[in-house]
Amino acid sequence: MKPKYDVIVVGAGPAGSTAARSVASGGASVLVLEKDRDVGYPVRCGEAVSHEGVVQFIDPDPRWIASTVTRFKLVAPNGKEVVPRLDGTGYVLERRMFDYELAKLAARAGADIITKAYVYDLLRNGNEVVGVRTLIDDRKIDISGAIIVAADGVESRVGKWIGIDTTCHIRDMESCAQMTISGIEIDEDILEFYFGDDVAPGGYLWVFPKGRESANVGIGINVQSAKNRSAIRFLTDFVEKKYPKAAVLTRIAGGVPCARTCDTIVKENVMLVGDAARQVNPLSGGGIISGMIGGMIAGEVAVEALQKKDLSHLNEYERRWHRRLGWRHEVFYRIKEAIGEFSDETLNKIADSALKLPQNKQTLGGIFRTALWNQPSLLIDVAKVFIS
Amino acid sequence: MPTPNQLMIYIVPGKCDFCGCCVGVCPEDAIELMESKISIIEERCTNCKKCVWACPWEVIEFHRDGVAHLPKELSSLPNVRA
Repeated sequence: MKPKYDVIVVGAGPAGSTAARSVASGGASVLVLEKDRDVGYPVRCGEAVSHEGVVQFIDPDPRWIASTVTRFKLVAPNGKEVVPRLDGTGYVLERRMFDYELAKLAARAGADIITKAYVYDLLRNGNEVVGVRTLIDDRKIDISGAIIVAADGVESRVGKWIGIDTTCHIRDMESCAQMTISGIEIDEDILEFYFGDDVAPGGYLWVFPKGRESANVGIGINVQSAKNRSAIRFLTDFVEKKYPKAAVLTRIAGGVPCARTCDTIVKENVMLVGDAARQVNPLSGGGIISGMIGGMIAGEVAVEALQKKDLSHLNEYERRWHRRLGWRHEVFYRIKEAIGEFSDETLNKIADSALKLPQNKQTLGGIFRTALWNQPSLLIDVAKVFIS
Repeated sequence: MPTPNQLMIYIVPGKCDFCGCCVGVCPEDAIELMESKISIIEERCTNCKKCVWACPWEVIEFHRDGVAHLPKELSSLPNVRA
């Protein structure tokens, strides 16, 4: 560890490691601080990503792919199953290995990484942020950095310390729980999504194959819709009913900020990336690839700002993020709000209508068009996605 | 009766999974979360209960009478409270 870096990244998840890799590849010095003992563990994630998303950053490798999927199954509240045709492939990752690999890529590019390093405050010289204050092996150590990248996840505090309101409104926070279970019969090729007030109010429950006879069974709920029942309770009920004989290998809690991107993601010399910036797709709750895109852009812009010796250039990150993905998330957020109003009855109706479509029309698009019949105001939001 | 500003938010010892969901919804930056340690920053907490609602694990409780009398830490042995 050096006493001074061009860039300090707080958090070694996919967004943080990608930011670090992008900074180091640009020739600047960068340190990644991870509060946990291990990069990539514990895994707080359903672990599904698209092939197109991953290959922007790394070649798919069987070492961190647990399952390859080509289909979705959507299960309506009444149990009706719709399996839309999909063009494309997805993966269920081994995040533990995947995150490791991303950190290794950052290290290979020249990044320093320290785990079990807790950042408890920003280091200031007067009003100016000049680094971070850390607790490493129970010792307080101040580290200087010209630019700080906050990749500190759903629990982000770094942003708050610089004066950005990162608080996720309770209506946008999906309260999550997941079990990795084994000894079950499962189709390894398919991602399953269950909807309905009894299963997952204000969210969905997922069953993602995790290699042979295993799956991530997880849930995200909107606590405002859940009437004081917690995510773990809904999940336990489902698993006991559907997979009574399963062995539970992992039980984990989590939170997914299904919100718009934070109003501000750059302030002075601090940039927010990934879950910390609320760069999650608010409709699906997927945040791996979008966080990595945020991290990559932040890293590139940091290098440019250092080269120009002009930190005001960091604001370019916000512009590029919104041009690349932020605007889409804005639209997804509005669609989420509209779909959130759907009753179980409406969802059942959509499933019934979708099942009546000819087989070749049973695509996600086809189902979405069916949903539009039930909620025409969605059309305006969807139109915006295609027009822009 | 609780005194004004008295803490009413209680994190059940030994139960937390350290996921950060509560920290994400806390408007006051009143929760300190480390790798396997969590605590409420008493001076900042306004007892707004958002953390109680958000917790997926039922770890955080609201106690109308205040939490001063409740155990704060867990010893290294299971089921033995310090």
